[in-house]
Formats: sequence, structure tokens, C-alpha cells
Amino acid sequence: MAAHLSSGRVNLTALREAGRRELREFLDKCAGSKAIVWDEYLTGPFGLIAQYSLLKEHEVEKMFTLKPGRLPPADVKNIIFFVRPKLELMDIITDNVLREDRGRSPQRDFHILFVPRRSLLCEQWLKEQGVLGSFIHREQYSLDLIPFDGDLLSMESESAFKECYLESDQTSLYHAAKGLMTLQALYGTIPQIFGKGDCARHVANMMIRMKREFPGSQNSIFPVFDTLLLLDRNVDLLTPLATQLTYEGLIDEIYGIQNTYVKLPPEKFAPKKQGEGGKDLPTEPKKLQLNSAEELYAEIRDKNFNAVGSVLSKKAKIISAAFEERHHAKTVGEIKQFVSQLPHMQAARSSLANHTSIAELIKDITTSEDFFDNLTVEQEFMSGIDTDKVNNYIEDCIAQKHPLIKILRLVCLQSVCNSGLKQKVLDHYKREILQTYGYEHILTLNNLEKAGLLKPQTGGRNNYPTIRKTLRLWMDDVNEQNPNDISYVYSGYAPLSVRLAQLLARPGWRSIEEVLKMLPGPHFEERQQLPTGLQKKRRGGAGSRGRAMPDSFAIHFLKVLRELLAFVLFSYTVLLGALLLAGWTTYFLVLK
Amino acid sequence: MDCYTANWNPLGEETFYRKLELYSMEWGLREDLRDCVVAAAPYGGPIALLRNSRRDKTPGARPILEIYSASGLLLASVPWKSGHLVHLGWTAGEDLLCIQEDGTVLVYNLFCEFKRHFSMGNEVLQNHVLEAQVFHTEFGTGVAILTGALRFSLATNIDDLKLRRLPEVPGLQKPPPCWAVLSQDRVTVVLLAVGQELFLLDNTSCSVVSPPGLSPSAGPFLHMAVSFTHRHLALFCDTGTVWMGTASLKEKFCEFNTGIRSSPKQMVWCTRPRSRQRAVVLAWERQLMVVGNSSECIRFVLDEDSHLVPELDGVRILSRSSHEFLHEIPEASQEIFRIASMAPGALLLEAQKEYEKESQKADEYLREIREQQLLPEAVGQCIEAAGYEHEPETQKSLLRAASFGKCFLDKFPPEGFVRMCQDLRVLNAVRDYQIGIPLTFTQYKQLTIEVLLDRLVLRRLYPLAIRICEFLRLPEIQGVSRILAHWACYKVQQKDKSDEEVAQAINQKLGDTAGISYSDIATRAYDCGRAELAIRLLEYEPRSGEQVPLLLKMKRSKLALGKAIESGDTDLVYTVVLHLKNELNRGTFFMTLQNQPVALSLYRQFCRHQERETLKDLYNQDDNHQELGNLHVQSGYGEKRIEGRVASLQSALDEFYKAKNDFAAKATEEQIKLLRLQRHLQEELDKPYLDLSLHDTVATLILDGHHKRAEQLYRDFRIPDKRYWWLKINALATRGDWEEIEKFSKSKKSPIGYLPFVEVAVKHHNRYEARKYAPRVPPEQRVKAFVLVGDLEQAAEAAIERKNEAEMSLVLSRCSAGTDSAVAEKLNRARAQLLKK
Repeated sequence: MAAHLSSGRVNLTALREAGRRELREFLDKCAGSKAIVWDEYLTGPFGLIAQYSLLKEHEVEKMFTLKPGRLPPADVKNIIFFVRPKLELMDIITDNVLREDRGRSPQRDFHILFVPRRSLLCEQWLKEQGVLGSFIHREQYSLDLIPFDGDLLSMESESAFKECYLESDQTSLYHAAKGLMTLQALYGTIPQIFGKGDCARHVANMMIRMKREFPGSQNSIFPVFDTLLLLDRNVDLLTPLATQLTYEGLIDEIYGIQNTYVKLPPEKFAPKKQGEGGKDLPTEPKKLQLNSAEELYAEIRDKNFNAVGSVLSKKAKIISAAFEERHHAKTVGEIKQFVSQLPHMQAARSSLANHTSIAELIKDITTSEDFFDNLTVEQEFMSGIDTDKVNNYIEDCIAQKHPLIKILRLVCLQSVCNSGLKQKVLDHYKREILQTYGYEHILTLNNLEKAGLLKPQTGGRNNYPTIRKTLRLWMDDVNEQNPNDISYVYSGYAPLSVRLAQLLARPGWRSIEEVLKMLPGPHFEERQQLPTGLQKKRRGGAGSRGRAMPDSFAIHFLKVLRELLAFVLFSYTVLLGALLLAGWTTYFLVLK
Repeated sequence: MDCYTANWNPLGEETFYRKLELYSMEWGLREDLRDCVVAAAPYGGPIALLRNSRRDKTPGARPILEIYSASGLLLASVPWKSGHLVHLGWTAGEDLLCIQEDGTVLVYNLFCEFKRHFSMGNEVLQNHVLEAQVFHTEFGTGVAILTGALRFSLATNIDDLKLRRLPEVPGLQKPPPCWAVLSQDRVTVVLLAVGQELFLLDNTSCSVVSPPGLSPSAGPFLHMAVSFTHRHLALFCDTGTVWMGTASLKEKFCEFNTGIRSSPKQMVWCTRPRSRQRAVVLAWERQLMVVGNSSECIRFVLDEDSHLVPELDGVRILSRSSHEFLHEIPEASQEIFRIASMAPGALLLEAQKEYEKESQKADEYLREIREQQLLPEAVGQCIEAAGYEHEPETQKSLLRAASFGKCFLDKFPPEGFVRMCQDLRVLNAVRDYQIGIPLTFTQYKQLTIEVLLDRLVLRRLYPLAIRICEFLRLPEIQGVSRILAHWACYKVQQKDKSDEEVAQAINQKLGDTAGISYSDIATRAYDCGRAELAIRLLEYEPRSGEQVPLLLKMKRSKLALGKAIESGDTDLVYTVVLHLKNELNRGTFFMTLQNQPVALSLYRQFCRHQERETLKDLYNQDDNHQELGNLHVQSGYGEKRIEGRVASLQSALDEFYKAKNDFAAKATEEQIKLLRLQRHLQEELDKPYLDLSLHDTVATLILDGHHKRAEQLYRDFRIPDKRYWWLKINALATRGDWEEIEKFSKSKKSPIGYLPFVEVAVKHHNRYEARKYAPRVPPEQRVKAFVLVGDLEQAAEAAIERKNEAEMSLVLSRCSAGTDSAVAEKLNRARAQLLKK
């Protein structure tokens, strides 16, 4: 069931298992039948740790969504709230508890499970409302880093960026540090930590501090990871703004992947059986899980979309050839062998059918003129063409009232690629946006400016060309079919974060000091002492650190970035004050 | 060694008992033990004495409470100032329980320092305590009381006090001659004798029970004894008969007639675990008798008044001058030391002795053992027997024998030998007269090293405890650091040293040893009233999570805030901030936050959700006009009435000006203007215009045909031409007003060119209109325009004219084989020509 987690370079099943164990232990503490009241936000992440069956085994009979009012009737002994430690949620819980019918029998016991951390503040809050005593068990469930795929961990903290950069609330960084400590407890102390940016520095400081808080607990596990690289989101604002062009990237851009699931329009997936005449087209969106456990998907997910078609048609030929085999099967033995392979072949065939449908859906969009125009502008900006003046395409899009998110992405992209816009250009865009989309977006724009996504150029210097050239962010010769450089994922643009990671691996950051200084925040290096005996024997002389980054690494890295994009597109619910950008502040992957 | 068995006394065929002196007591008691209330804790624990209590009834003469180590060294003494004491007893944690007549139980530590007290309830208070017993079960230490009303009350665990009053015993007129507390199947019950009958009292009922197989001639019961493990019971009848059996009264072991009819002063069990013999020791004034399953018994003469202390594997006998231990000789020792024993262990011991004498007999003995292949057993026996010996000399000779035997064995696992050497080293150290804990090996194993260390800590023998930890290489957290922490907690109570000195001394010793909780030590210091010391100690605490609550408790909130921020744990910061908010007045609170940006921004967050008004005050305080402006904008959109909204925006406008944000100010001004206008339009045209953006307002006006008004807005709000043109043709096309579009297209030169006209028309499926504009499109876009309207011929011409290969290919790709073959041919030719060049 968790095959996708063991497929990467590091087996992440252990992390998932640890999570499951902790959950089971908690559930068993509340003896008897239970109902869970969910903070809706948590259901997705929890689904990646434990399916409903696990909960069922531990006598969870009902599940509700947390909302004010009286709790639904359910004949269970325990009501357990699974919530994030937020005061707004505490108010809802208080309401629930106060409305509980005290006269009912048997009485139901209340418990709270805080995710990911128990909070004094919340408990104090509940105490002031006079309901703290109603909870028998108050515990925490440290769900910090959730294993998504064989090479991907996520905090699923969609508001982290907003909290860190707009509200100076570094709670999520604390969770990140805690999560990394858990990771180290399971996979050994990571000997080197590199980082860039204020938040990264803060996380590293906390990790060092947390380690000092438990001096006795020497970790005796041989370190699986060599290096931890922490990067602030604002070091590389460019990457999430540009349109991704891998297969998975496009699915995400267009339909949004959430908690590894994607919802697709159903028309293309109608069962094509004869006789039914397609009279009932399904109206529910088709929900698919996407991870490396699916052989075909693992193969094509990271290909440039232009290279996906050929793979799919090749696969189709192989599969139909395999089915043809049955005509050649003559002896009973051969037939038996054929039949034994049938389930696998059928699975492969349905997987192929799904992805062919998805590819068709995407192709309709990528071949449209608008997609092409948009991409052209993006690529012009990224390669440094005309970034300093008002762009006609953007103006036209505003005039035709294209979706605001598209406009904002382009304007921000231009701002980032020009180290800020000239005041006149910036004001022009802002005025256009306010007049077209409504004055209330003055708050949206203000927030973008606070986050640094949109800014006036200060000092009149544009650093981006230097950064672009030094880090080789723009590659003119991109091979989409058989890529030899990461720039293929954006058909030209090589993500800045990936370049930073690549250069760290070889030849080291010392070679790019100048550029690092141009990017925001400090860069640093920390070493964590390992007990003797766990230290790796160094091969060769002193300079053996610079190992080349494995080819696959860059891709692994990108999957982290992909998360952010998902959020950019889908947590966009601009109502006054609410903000457009969310996602990771600090994302990390580990060089092995 | 010939005399080794001289003090062995046989009981029956198989078993021997010996009495050996542990210590000669130097406590210099002037009065007899019988004049004192005595209590000695099991496992070689301390001895408590209340002197002068019984004889000296003169008022004013205060009795003295004294506590001695098992070797008779005075640990502490204190004059007894409280009420009349009935009973003394020790808890499992070596606290002294002093049970008073009024049912109050006072708890003292080993050093006569009062810890706490509790009461055994009102019923006991009224009727007074007649007798009391302290007992130990798996639940902890309990107290049982017989009140003056002849009722029993008990608490099974004094640390979790739940008083139970047992039911009445029918027909009980006077105090029973004897009673005991039994623990059966996790239930605590009282067994008492009334004449010839036995009653069992549980929580709810009182039942009569009888011991199986008791001789009919046996008279009333005078005494009873429960074994250390609560498994066995002994009853003494006035005929002199002792009945021994299980505590459940289901099985009888044996019966013995002592021939003495008077009740013994004390009767206790003396059995080692897993022994076949089960024996009871009875003490009268002048004699001691060991009886068991044998027609004979062992008698000792008592020169002095003595007190018996039951232990797990024997009995300690205390008197004014000595402290002895009476126990059954364990099997391994018997095998080795019994006269003429041929057991492998005995032979090995002999062999080793001969070897030391350099006699060849050593080889003979060894050969004998090896021929029977019993050498491993022999080594094992010697190791085991060494554990039971009290004299280091004997221990050594047995271990030497074991070591000698080991030389002749391949692959004999060394752990047992090594562990025994270590254990004996520890035991000899604690048995030392200065320390005075006479633990036997069996007791030590039962007690465990952790508990032994605790007991050393209780006696403040920190250096010895640490040495033992180091010697046994215990992990720091369980060993050294735990002891150091205890030491530190003791240290902070030393009032004669300055805070500075104490803190430094503690830090010097503790450093950052693993598992030390400085906050625990600091809490202790604070509890002793040394707040300054506590703060100093907290400085050494690496875990902020631990520092903060204590600092808050000590009302050092600002310091707590600093620590919370350092930890990075925002929850902790929030907790302190809200604490500060309640503690300080508003002004000081804000000032405090000013200096702590992390806390300030978190508090802002809190206010954003909970107290919006406070947020305004906060921004006001630091003159953050931009944010104030934003707040006004936000609240403006919460207003339903347009006047309210305008008022809010007006405030925002002022703030934006103060913030020198001219852009925002102007935009706000425009918005106010727009709002007023929209209200006007709404009233006049009876259509909702409110909340539309400027763009949508103009578009709606055009859609409804109010071109003049639209024009007015375009001018008033200085909408850029390009955008206005786009807007207008889109809106007109939606309205289907092609005539107006044509008019508009001719009004002046289009700032957006004419391709948009084509596109808009095509989008609305009006090819006819689209065709009108295609020729007006400039040459570089003309091909695209003709393709859009579907005029491939013209498109082809335009492309050929421009000699543009990409455009030709574009047109070609649109040509269908059937209808457009002529065009395609033309294009192919032109392209070929182009390529030739």
C-alpha cells in the first residue's frame, strides 16, 4: 500500500510507520467506540498517513467535520477532535461542547488531538471558556513532515508563506524545525546544514538549539542523509511564478494536485462500453491518485510534456502486442502463463487509458494560442527581454479582463526578472488592475509588495541579468525529448533553487559568493557533530566533498517546488485581506 | 574453614539456619528497647526510636524521636512535640510514619524533617487509635487502624489517600488479641482473632474462617504473623501450638507445639524465597525459637531485650549491643560448605586451596569434577555461593575458586562472574558500617540498583552513589545526572551560602550533564523562597519550554518573554504575551511589546482575529499609517451602507496621505468618486452598479446603450485609450451592436489596431463583420486576420507577398485537401521558390 514511499533513494516508509504508530497509540488510549470531528484542513494530510480502515480497526465509527452548533448524534463513547491549534477552532469546539446534551446517556467523553503541536495558548483559551475540564485526553500528534512520495516530504502548510512574510508569524518554521528533528531521530543526524535566507537561518538555529536541549540523547543511527539544504522561499520567487511544462507540472497547473489527488473533468473518462450508448455521462469529477506507485506515471511524470506523447504511443503498442500474445498461446501452459499476467496487463491498460485522456485534455490547452502567447511573454522576461517597460500582452490581457491570477503572475514575474519595476511602470500596472478588477485589490497589491513579489526598483540597478548569467538560469538549447539539463522542465528556464543546489554539490557555494550576496538573506553553513563511529570514512583526500549531484536529484528537488505552484493557483480566494500566495517558505530536500 | 559450619543449626533433615552478627551497635542506648517505640525499615533500612515514651509519664519530659542507621549511627533526632504516639512505621520510600492517638499521621524524612501530615478521618479522631499497623502491598504503603470503637479503618496507599472503614465485627466487645492485614488478589483485608474464632473483614462483609487442619485441642489465638510476601500465615494458640499455612487459609504446611503457653513478644516468618522449609521465628523475653516442618526446633538464648525485623530472606534481630541476621543457609552454600560434601562446588573450592598450597591434590579434585563433567556447575555454584556470604574473605575465596575453575573451561560465559564481582563490590560498600545498609544479595536483587541508589540519595550519600554509577557504568540519565540533580536540589536548601555561590557550585558540578533539568532545581530553589537563586539557575537551563512557566510563576514575565522568543516556539511566546497583557496596564504592555518585534507581530496576529480595535491602537502607536489605511479599507468593505463605506475610505485616504503613499491615496480618492457615481447611476437607471469595478461599470453602461455616460467616465477617470477601445468593442459585440462598432472603428485611428475587431467578431461567430476589418489590419498581422476569417486565398496572397515562410506554413496547415488544393499548390510553389533562394 505504501509502495510509492519506498521507491525513492531513501525509504520513507519508516516515517509513515512512525506516524501510524503514534496515531494508533492515541486512539487506543480512548477506550471504546469513537467518532472523530475533523478540522477539515487535516483530512487530506491524514489520508496520506492512515486510511479509514486503520481508524476503523481502532473503533472509529463516525467522522464529522468541525463546525459550530450541536454535534450530530452518534452512539459512541468518545468524541475526538482532530484540530490545528488555532483559536478560531477552539471557539468552535467550545460551542460544540457547551451544546452537548448533558442529559444524554451514556455520556460521551471528549478528547482533543492537537496537530501538530499541543498549545498552551489554546488550552488557556479553552480554560477561560470553562470547557478545558471536559476533555479527558489532550494530546499532540506531531504531523510535521508528511511523506508524499518516495522522495518528497511536505508540511502541507499552505499558509506558511503568508504567515512568515506578511504576518511575521514564524510558527510554521518552528514546526519545520521540529519535523526535521523527528526526521533526524529516524534517519540519523544530518552532518551538514547549508542555507540561504532569514527563515532558513532561523530554522537552522532552532534545530541547533533543540539538539542542545537534549544533550544526552546521542543519536546512534548511521546518517542516511549527508546534507540538508534550507532555502527561503523568497530567495527564489521566480520559479513558482513561471508555468511548469512537465507532464505532472501541467496537470498541476491546470487541474491542481492536492494531497497527491487530482480531480479531472469526467467527460473523457466515460466508460466506453458498447450497448450503453453513453446515455449517463458521469457528472462527478473523476478523482485519481498520482504517485510513483503507478509504473507508467512514474515514467512520464517528469518528462517535458512534448515528450510524453511518444512514450504513450510506444506503451500502447507494447500493450496491444502483449494482448495479441493470446493468439499465439497454444499449449495449456502458455495460456496459463498468459492468464496469470492478465491482471497486470489490464492494470497497465487502464493506466494507459487514463493518462492518454489526461494528455488529451492538456493538449487542448497547451495548443491554444493564448497559452502560447502567455508562455512567450514569460520566456521573454526570464531571458531578460524588455523587462523594464510596460508589456503590451499584459495590457491587452487586462483590457480583456483575463483571470486576475494570470495577470498577477505575469506582473510579478516581470518584477522579479527586473529586480523590481520602475515606479512609473509599477504604478501603471497597479492602476490598470485596480480599475479593471476592483479597487479592493489595493490590499492584494499591498500584500504582494510586502512579500517582495512586486516591488519598485531601488537603487536603479537590475541584478537579475548577473544572477541569470552566473547561475545559467536561461538555456537556449533545450532538449525536451532527452534532457541533459534541468532547464527542460520550463523549456529554457533552469530553476534558481535547483541551480543553487547543484552548485552547492559542485564546486561549492564559494564560487558564487557574489550572486549569493545579491539574493536576500544570509547564507550559512553548519556542521553537526556525529559520534565517532558514525562518521563516514572519507574517500580520497581533503577535497573529496564535491560530489556531483545525481541527475535525478534536480528533478526530485523540483517536486518540492511543484507543491508551491499548486497553492499559488488554488488557495487564491481573494476576498478582502485574504491573500493570493501561499505555500512553502522553507522547503528542503536532502542531498544524498 | 573447619569451623565454618559451627554456627549452622539444623532444622529437619535438609535445612540449616545461622545467625550472624551484622554490626555491633554503638548507639549507646540507656533504656531497654522494650521502653521505646521501635520501627525498622525493611531492606536493611533505618531504625526509628521514640525514647522515654512508655516509662516516663512525668509531664514536661518530652520524648525524643531518633533515627539511626542499621549500624547504629545517629542520623538525626528531634524532641517529640506532637500528640501521643501510638505507632511508628516506614514507607517503601523510607519516610517515617508517626501515627498519633488522634489519627493524625505525621510524615518525616530520614533526617527527622517534617514533610507533611494527613488524617485517618473523623471517626478515628473521635474514637482514638487503639492500635495501628503499617503494611506494604503492590499498591504502596498502607496504614490500618483499630479504633477505640473497635472498628477498623485503613488506607491502602498513603500517597493516594482513600480511607476505607471496614464493617463491624459482630460480638466484638474488647480489642482482639491479635490482627493482621492481608493482601489477597489485589484486595486488602483484615484478619482478626476473637477467642477461638477467626474473622476476615473485607470492604463489605465480615466472614468467619478457620485454618484447615488445626488440631482440635488448640485453644484461642494469641498471635498471628503474615509473611513478607503476604503469602503465608502463622497462628499462635494459647496451648503453645503454632499453625503454619497459606494466607488464603486453604492449605496447611505444618503445626508445632512450642510448649510455651504465653504469647510471644514477636512472631515473624523467616523463609528465603523458593525454599522448601518454611519457618517462623518466635521471640519471648529471654529466648528465640525457630520452628518449622520438623519435630525439633532451634532455640537461642536472648541475653538482651531484642526486636525482630522481618526481611525477604530472613530476620534481623536488633538489641542494645548488636544487630544480627538470622537466615536459612541457601542451597549453594550448603552444597559447598556442608561437612563432607562431594558437590562439585565443594570439590572445586578444595582444589583451589590445594593449588594455592602447590599440592598435586588440586589436580585430583579437579579431575574428579571433570570426569563427571560438572565443572560448569561447580563454577556456577561457587559464584552463586559467594553472593550469599557476608565476609569479604569468604567471598574472595569462593570467587577465586570460580575463577580457577573457569580456566579449565572453554567458552564459559564471563558475564555471571563479572556481574557477581560488581554486585559484591557494591554490596560490601553499602554494608560498610559508616553507610549501614546491610542488604543481602537476594534483597539487593529484589530492590534493584535504581532503588538502592535512591536510598543512598535519601541518605545524602551523593559521592558514594555517583561512584557506584560510574563503577557500574550506568547510563548518565539514570545514573550520575539523576543523582547530581538530587544533590543540587539539596544544595539549594543550604541557606548559609549566597545565591551566587550555590549557583556556581551547582553549575560547576553539573555542567551540561545529560538529562539534568535545571528548571527542576530552580523550582526547588523557588519553593525554598530563593527566587534570585532560581533565576540564576534557570540561566543554565537549555530548554526554554521549561524556563518560561517557572519565570511566569515567579512574576518575571519580561524575562520569560525573552526566553520564549529565544526558543522559537510561538505558542510559548503567545502564552507569555497574553500573560503580560493581563499583568500589566495597557501602556506598559504596549511599551514592552515595542522592544520585542517577534512578540509584537504575534500579538498583532492575535488581535487581527480577536480584537480589531486593539490592532488600530497598536498601529497608531508606531505611526504605521499604511497599515491603518489598509485596516480602514478592510472595514469599509464590511460596511453595508454606502455612506459608511465612503466614510471608512475617507479615513483610509487620510492615512495614506500621512503615509506618503500618493498612489494609494489617489486610488482611494478615485474609488470614493466612483462609489458616489455608482450610487447616482443606481438611483437614476434603477440597476445595481454598486461594487462593480470601474471597468465593469463602463462595460455595463455600454451594454445598456448609455454611450454618453460611458464616454464621460472614460474621460473622468482617464482610462487609457487602449483599454477603453478593447472594453468598448467587447461590450458592443456582446450587445450585438455591429453598427456602433463600425462607427466607432471609424471615429479615429484605433490605438489597438484592427486585429482585435476581427478577433472579437470571430469570437461572436460573425464572419461577415470580421471580413470588414481584415483588410485594415497591418501587413504583419494580416495573414493571421485572413486565416481567422477563413479567407485562405487572401491569407496565402498576403503571406506570399511578405515572403514569410512561417506564415505560409500556417496557412498551409489550415488548407484542407479537397477544397483548397489550388491555394495549397500556390503556397507550395512560393515556398519552394523562397527556399531555393
